[in-house]
Amino acid sequence: MNHVANPTGIGASVKRVEDLRFVRGKGRYTDDIRLHGETHAYIIRSPHAHAKIAKIDTSRAAAAAGVVMVITAADLAKLGGLPCGWLIHSKDGSPMKEPKHPVLAEGKVRHVGDSVAVVVAETLAAARDAAELIEVDYEPLPAVIDMSKAAAGPALHEASPNNQCFDWHIGDEAAVKDAFAKAAHVTKLELINNRLAPNAIEPRAYIADFIQATGETTLYTSNQNPHVIRLLAGAFVFQMPEHKLRVIAPDVGGGFGSKIYHYAEEAIVIWAAGQIGRPVRWTSDRSEAFISDAQGRDHKTVVELALDKDGKFIGLRADTLANVGAYLSTFASVVPTILHATLLAGNYTTPAIYCNVKAIFTNTVPVDAYRGAGRPEATYLLERVIDLAAIETKRDPAELRRINFIAPSQFPYQTPVALQYDTGNYGRTLDMALAAAKYKDFPTRRAEAKARGKLRGIGIANYIEACGIAPSAVAGALGGRAGGYESGAIRVNPTGSVTVMTGSHSHGQGHETTFAQIVSDKLGIPFDQVDVVHGDTARTPFGMGTYGSRSIAVGGSALIKAMDKIIAKGKQIAAHLLEVSDQDVVFENGAFTVAGTDRKKTIGEVAFQAYVPHNFPHDKLEPGLEEQAFYDPKNFTFPAGTYICEVEIDPDTGVTKVVDFTAADDFGRIINPMIVEGQVQGGLAQGIGQALLEHCIYGADGQLLTGSFMDYAMPRADDLPMFKISTTDTPTPCTHNPLGVKGCGEAGAIGSPVALINAVVNALSEFGVKHIDMPATPQAVWRAIQTAKSKT
Amino acid sequence: MPTVSLTVNGKAANATVEGRTLLVQVLRETLKLTGTHVGCDTSQCGACVVHVDGKPVKSCTVLALQADGCAVTSIEGLSQGADLHPMQQAFRDCHGLQCGFCTPGMIMTAVDIAKRHPEADEATIRRELEGNLCRCTGYANIVKAVQTGAAAMRQG
Repeated sequence: MNHVANPTGIGASVKRVEDLRFVRGKGRYTDDIRLHGETHAYIIRSPHAHAKIAKIDTSRAAAAAGVVMVITAADLAKLGGLPCGWLIHSKDGSPMKEPKHPVLAEGKVRHVGDSVAVVVAETLAAARDAAELIEVDYEPLPAVIDMSKAAAGPALHEASPNNQCFDWHIGDEAAVKDAFAKAAHVTKLELINNRLAPNAIEPRAYIADFIQATGETTLYTSNQNPHVIRLLAGAFVFQMPEHKLRVIAPDVGGGFGSKIYHYAEEAIVIWAAGQIGRPVRWTSDRSEAFISDAQGRDHKTVVELALDKDGKFIGLRADTLANVGAYLSTFASVVPTILHATLLAGNYTTPAIYCNVKAIFTNTVPVDAYRGAGRPEATYLLERVIDLAAIETKRDPAELRRINFIAPSQFPYQTPVALQYDTGNYGRTLDMALAAAKYKDFPTRRAEAKARGKLRGIGIANYIEACGIAPSAVAGALGGRAGGYESGAIRVNPTGSVTVMTGSHSHGQGHETTFAQIVSDKLGIPFDQVDVVHGDTARTPFGMGTYGSRSIAVGGSALIKAMDKIIAKGKQIAAHLLEVSDQDVVFENGAFTVAGTDRKKTIGEVAFQAYVPHNFPHDKLEPGLEEQAFYDPKNFTFPAGTYICEVEIDPDTGVTKVVDFTAADDFGRIINPMIVEGQVQGGLAQGIGQALLEHCIYGADGQLLTGSFMDYAMPRADDLPMFKISTTDTPTPCTHNPLGVKGCGEAGAIGSPVALINAVVNALSEFGVKHIDMPATPQAVWRAIQTAKSKT
Repeated sequence: MPTVSLTVNGKAANATVEGRTLLVQVLRETLKLTGTHVGCDTSQCGACVVHVDGKPVKSCTVLALQADGCAVTSIEGLSQGADLHPMQQAFRDCHGLQCGFCTPGMIMTAVDIAKRHPEADEATIRRELEGNLCRCTGYANIVKAVQTGAAAMRQG
């Protein structure tokens, strides 16, 4: 493959094909779809964080103008609960507490926003009006909000009297204890990882359409993995044969994890449509999204790092409380455990690591994966404690990290926390970042800022992530209740164009472009003749969808595997047409050629013969040129890199401005550099948002105080700088997938929060500030300065 | 129920509305112009920005009756046929969008920024975009797109 010569092949910054509809307003998102005879659902939600439901009176609502039906939990008695997809066992061997997550609250509400009843009406306005007529008698209970006091609070679920979901651990506790006993220095830090609202700009939306004639239901859903939703809704909630449920995820306006899960509202519209024989639609408004979309992060951790006299890390211990909210969301249990603690080796040779994670139920919105999902939490605690250790042992933070790196010669590298890294070169990305950030010249910039009355700080962070989720055997061994493969199908059409069907789903990532690049590149078919189909269970093979930076590494590899089958069959067809043996045919530049000659058949000619098989060896070959493959990854992929942030703080106001941000990433092979850079920029914005602005704050009564865009500070254009991103220089392609790709979707959000907080602490070093929790709001920074001043 | 008369993307349009009906509902539900999106309920995100009598407004915050007699341009009216408006082209060329959901409102705002500040610098563009949220891009490429689009409109 000659990548330089192919302007639409692998490595080219091809302009996105999907943009042609999006910039014209011709995208087709779920809420844009209107069905004949449709009705509108409106959800009555709990105003209380924790309360018994004494009585629900729906009679006035049911009689109101335009109302088609009113639904409460009593109507849904035959439905199962919303399932959790990952079983974690506590360290004593007991399975996690897995109380039922009912579609509508059964006798008790457990968070503000818990769904209590539904009105289905001819118009949304009629449904809202009727909802006002529903009378719910609540008997409020004390709310459990603070994780550290949860054990003393009233139990949310009977199955979990102390409000603990599990008490899990990983690593060699005794070895860590030994390491700390002989350490020359121990650095200890308590920190929080602040709770975030994912806030895809498209609110969740669902439409269910029941066809009585066939008994089939079609669900349109703003979701990242339609096959998974079909499986969860069909097999667990409805016990409905899967072939009677078609799930379509059309254009989806961002997900970031929050649209992986099977939500109550999906089950509600499916059930209601079946009852009334008419389509039922529901679209969240933003206020509802804040109290019903799964939220992210929310850890409290004590971390300790043991160093020897030379600064080598000899032991790491982390004790984490992880908030899972009121119910277990689809992947809530895997995020603070497998996706978090297995990353605690980071980029370093720390030989002994132990992590204990206690997951706690609270009267808050369920917590699940949000961009990065466990890996930002791991990176944050590790790179914070390393930075603090550098301060305490008076070492340069870059050099302390460097002397602890896993060396390129040490790969494959088995960490003490289960993962085996296949490849990496962490010194390379550190050097790239230090050079791009002009690290050596920082003192000059700090002095110049000081002259302007500003405190300038610089922060470094390395990150590593386990992406390409996941090898099915590993997932299964660790409690996963699903496989980690992906599907791909290639149909070479009779006239030579190609239809690509993938189980991955694009909701901003640009797969319609990058997957077409991969196929065009390998099959030698013009880019504009390749069409990518995704997001419809009736049009794509069973697939696991898009999350965990897995699409190119797993979904892309499935396409390679399917194309290998296409080429193998094409060789047989060409050999027949050219009257040579299969072994004599080679495939290159879109043509099947008799090796060593100029005799050839283009892939278009071969395809035409495959579909018009007038002269075809039917005893040896089937007609058609369409192949399907499932790819199960051999290992995770391990993108890694170094981020450097520079901030300037106004000491009078506490306002922190990000003045420079450098990212050096190793994503392995790059398919489309423009799209990869865009993914990093977006991840950085979310990470900077976490570190500076965003925080879901609950009052002691369980009310979400930051429940709108007026209270929850989303990053805006003037909160962010231009970024210096170098991703094209990728030293270490992934060793175990055919494309050499690692994935790039989450890195920005993983590595940036800690780089920023390290920079803030560095800026405040003259006051002796050792740590500041996220988000570093002006008030928090100002208070840190005042507190430090008052101590001196 | 009252009737509202509008000119939308150059064509006369009438709709029967309730007093509480929002302009964005008329565009999306009555006129099937679903390019204008709704991303919040507090007038913060800007996904619903359209031009009313040439000025950018958040159509989720305007009652349909308030727009009676007005000329409305939505994202669908910005260009005709195969050609893209220079700002639409710039958003594509600069990779100024990912999921595409904020994009219509972002482009309608950007066109207005370019009209008022034809040679806007980065800081001005970032300040002017304060009423439009994007969760995907980190804004860097949106800023570049507005600059590129504004330059193309100047030469237009």
